[in-house]
Amino acid sequence: MIRRWIVILTLLLAGLQAGPLAAQDLLPPAPYAYKQLPDPAQEAKAQALMETLRCLKCQSQSIADSDAPMAGDMRHQVRTRIAAGEDPEAIRQWLIERYGDYVSYTPQLSSLTWPLFAAPLAFLGLAGLLLRRRFRRSAGAGVRTATPQEKSS
Amino acid sequence: MSEPEAKKRPGLAVWLPLALFAGFFVLVMFGLFRPANREVSSAMIGKPLPAFDLRPATTDKPGLAVAKFQDGKPKLLNIFASWCIPCAVESPQLAALAAQGVEIDGIAIRDRPADVARFLATNGNPFAAIGADDLSSVQLAIGSSGVPETFVIDGKGIIRYQHIGDIRAEDVSMILGKLKDAGS
Repeated sequence: MIRRWIVILTLLLAGLQAGPLAAQDLLPPAPYAYKQLPDPAQEAKAQALMETLRCLKCQSQSIADSDAPMAGDMRHQVRTRIAAGEDPEAIRQWLIERYGDYVSYTPQLSSLTWPLFAAPLAFLGLAGLLLRRRFRRSAGAGVRTATPQEKSS
Repeated sequence: MSEPEAKKRPGLAVWLPLALFAGFFVLVMFGLFRPANREVSSAMIGKPLPAFDLRPATTDKPGLAVAKFQDGKPKLLNIFASWCIPCAVESPQLAALAAQGVEIDGIAIRDRPADVARFLATNGNPFAAIGADDLSSVQLAIGSSGVPETFVIDGKGIIRYQHIGDIRAEDVSMILGKLKDAGS
């Protein structure tokens, strides 16, 4: 009985898996989805950018990693824009304007993310202050002679 | 241990690191187990449609250019594809909206004319015009991350609302409301 339920459940799950997989278009990939730019310097720039852009279909992959057709179209977009002389960061900004910060793997400085950048500095400052106090106290303790209590302990 | 240390009882401050850690732990667990929202919504709401001029996706309907959205009448822009299963599922709802006098224009993503024609023959054709977006370029330009998605565009061509996923029967009145808001 339990085994039969497991089989049914497995088949159901397999069915759920097959749904999205079947939904794939038949158009050939975009021209620059899998083709590198002729200029190696430009291709390197494009590659570096593509590795830091999120695939919107398969959200744990970069568009450089993904074989989703939409990621291919995004690579085409990135490569043609770089070939046209556009700055990689301008392309990133263009996408962020459309999809929000989430599309970029490189954290952006914004009103929401500034603590991310400020917190390490604040902690360093705090640590510096605490250490200075600690060092001053122990320097003072070094000069003064040990109290009887300290001797006994 | 000795008396003097007992006198200098550690204050509440001793518990601070543990409290901080506990707080951090709760935050991490909250983030881990909260049902994640995997939808990427467009950041283009309130902004005008980008310029585009798409060829017809099929022979019996005209193509789609942005100028069509600037005639003063709010419209729906439906992003779909013949290879997308939920797009077929939402077709009765699109038909219902079209029957209420809503103009629906479509953009077919990465699709072949013959496939679009077959899709429309099977599921009905609520569209006034259908443009073909072979490189997903318009889709990227409006911040759409999948099919189907439906945008409410006001009479000036400003994007007013984005519906992600198929339109269910219970969404129809809400979409009509959004269109009404966009028209006022």
